[in-house]
Amino acid sequence: MTIIAENPIKAVAAPSQVQQKVIDSLNRRHRKENLFRRLGLTAVLISLGLVAVLFINIFSKGLPAFWQSAVTLDIYFDPQIIKIPPMPQQRDDESDNDFRQRHIEWQTEIGFVNFNRLITDSLQKVLPDANKHRRDLARVVTSGERFALRDMVVADPSIIGQTRTLHLLTDANIDVWLKGNIDRSLPDEQQQLSAKMREWVDKLSADGVIQNRFSLALFMNPDSRSSLASAGLAGAFMGSFYMMLVVILLAVPMGVAAAIYLEEFAPRNKITDLVEVNINNLAAVPSIVFGLLGASVLIGWFNLPMSAPIVGGLVLSLMTLPTVIIATRSTLKAIPPSIRQAALGLGASKMQAIFHHVLPLAIPGILTGAILGVAQALGETAPLLLIGMKSFVASIPASPFEQASALPVQIYLWQGNELRNFFEARTSAAIIVLLLMMISLNGLAIWLRKKYEKRW
Amino acid sequence: MSNSAPVKISASDVKVFYGDNQALHGISMDVYQHEVISFIGPSGCGKSTFLRCMNRMNDTIDQCRVTGSILLDGRDIHEPALDVVQLRAQVGMVFQKPNPFPKSIYENIAYGPKLHGLAERKADLDDIVESSLRRAGLWNEVKDRLDQPGTGLSGGQQQRLCIARSIAVSPEVILMDEPCSALDPIATSIIEELIDELKQNFTIVIVTHNMQQAARVSDRTAFFHLGNLIEIGNTNDVFTNPQQKRTEDYITGRYG
Ligand SMILES: Nc1ncnc2c1ncn2[C@@H]1O[C@H](COP(=O)(O)OP(=O)(O)OP(=O)(O)O)[C@@H](O)[C@H]1O
Ligand SMILES: [Mg+2]
Repeated sequence: MTIIAENPIKAVAAPSQVQQKVIDSLNRRHRKENLFRRLGLTAVLISLGLVAVLFINIFSKGLPAFWQSAVTLDIYFDPQIIKIPPMPQQRDDESDNDFRQRHIEWQTEIGFVNFNRLITDSLQKVLPDANKHRRDLARVVTSGERFALRDMVVADPSIIGQTRTLHLLTDANIDVWLKGNIDRSLPDEQQQLSAKMREWVDKLSADGVIQNRFSLALFMNPDSRSSLASAGLAGAFMGSFYMMLVVILLAVPMGVAAAIYLEEFAPRNKITDLVEVNINNLAAVPSIVFGLLGASVLIGWFNLPMSAPIVGGLVLSLMTLPTVIIATRSTLKAIPPSIRQAALGLGASKMQAIFHHVLPLAIPGILTGAILGVAQALGETAPLLLIGMKSFVASIPASPFEQASALPVQIYLWQGNELRNFFEARTSAAIIVLLLMMISLNGLAIWLRKKYEKRW
Repeated sequence: MSNSAPVKISASDVKVFYGDNQALHGISMDVYQHEVISFIGPSGCGKSTFLRCMNRMNDTIDQCRVTGSILLDGRDIHEPALDVVQLRAQVGMVFQKPNPFPKSIYENIAYGPKLHGLAERKADLDDIVESSLRRAGLWNEVKDRLDQPGTGLSGGQQQRLCIARSIAVSPEVILMDEPCSALDPIATSIIEELIDELKQNFTIVIVTHNMQQAARVSDRTAFFHLGNLIEIGNTNDVFTNPQQKRTEDYITGRYG
């Protein structure tokens, strides 16, 4: 009692000074926290804004590519022009192979038919002065459409002699002209279309013969150089699809198995340390190096075909492998050891403990890692350039061993096409398709994670 | 009682090394059938390590090396012909932190019996699940929600679930490593009662930091210090009349 009474002021003053210091430091802390929160929010907003700009830009450029100028014509399948023998029928004494041979010969014969004549003939009906400008006339419809006509005849020869109303894609330059993607006031010598052509096109468009129609050409056709208007993504899409298949079948199971072994079974020693370091190194290797490896080893030594999705898939698998291993290992590490102990304590073998208890808990993480790895591989371009997948391929690959391109490479190729006015939209459209594939892969990852997520 | 009962586990000169670091310096002791023996001693003295020797859980730790012999019913648990799976079915373990599988209550109990093929039919399995839960005193609390996750139970219930899980494979010995350290006094006393009942059928080795608990539940007590077994004897004797100075110091709270 006496001590407090002796020095009452000091007893009260001391804590209040301390309080004051705490309050001061609190204010400082709050200011810092606020600043940090605002910084974080700004960073999020900026990145969201950039993503929005990217999407708006790409969609506004790319969506018009799904609608293309098409001319509506009554095509008369003139028997005078399509002079071919009747479609061969299989004889009883004929082997399947012989018949197929005859059928191919028949198709070749159809290939000699001048289907362009069918188109120009029917164009003449809508363009009275057509005969004086036959060269222009042949250029109205894009050259790829004659194959569509041929395919119709092959599929059903009875069409010969009949008339069909068809929507045929116009030449790419007409599409550019009608969409206003070229300055109409440019002088003649700088225009891609002749004056006559421009006059025709405007007239046909005014008459409603040429319309902007939704076209699946972009999805259904392979790339093309002779008929730019019908150049499509199908070949590149299938190429990417086969590569994804190879990656999913190779990199994912191998990566998961390697990760389980390294994490759960391998003894900890110098060798496993070395392996671990090298896996991390592998993840950091620039992707183009994998392309070099693919070119020299897979194509050079193992004589795998150039430009084939199988090679691309193998190279991308190699690239994805470390990603899958690292993701799987970190997932396995995060599973509480108490679960393993519980199983082992009950008499489960190590293998059983892992397969019954650890893996089920790790599946969402493993799947997420795997899918993100696959998505990364899907967007990879550089290694594909080195194994020849940048070459122009005008067919849709029927197997992973045939020549193909890939979506990101197709984007790169179209981006460099001379007919910028036409291919700018198509490039963006290809990007849209690639982005949609990525988004659906990532969506799948999120969905799987939600589905298998369990608490412990 | 301890003198008349047969020896269940007999350890002699057990040494354990973690890498270069020796954790146990030659422990020898006998554990008798159907007794409760508790291990006490300051933190880090090797109680858990010795407990894990008895069902070879130390095998799962990298760099851990065990020497000496441990006989279960007279048979060396390290002999090559003995499968560790069989050993662990005989010597079950309950851990410090309740660790139910993130599966249903039913699955938690049924896992062990399924693993060892103890039940031929579903009905047998149901019986095992029910009787194990009953013996662990949990049946009435969970019988209506067997299909719900075991992780959804309270801490004390989870620990009893883990005890039920280990008795479901009908072990002969149950090792418990501080089974109550994460529980409140009421849950603790339920488990202590449970231990009292379980000793009719099982031999129980329990590690505890709680001196009162050791005094309450165990028939015999072993005091460990710095990797040595200092004293082992009837619980009453150890607590009221310790033979060693270090035991006395520890029990009376002078250090530890
Ligand atoms: N997994 C391990 N790796 C390396 N050393 C270990 C390991 N487990 C235990 N040790 C060491 O062995 C010695 C004994 O540990 P143990 O866990 O058996 O002690 P304890 O008596 O159970 O202690 P506590 O009462 O704190 O649980 C300690 O020095 C500890 O550091
Ligand atoms: Mg311990």
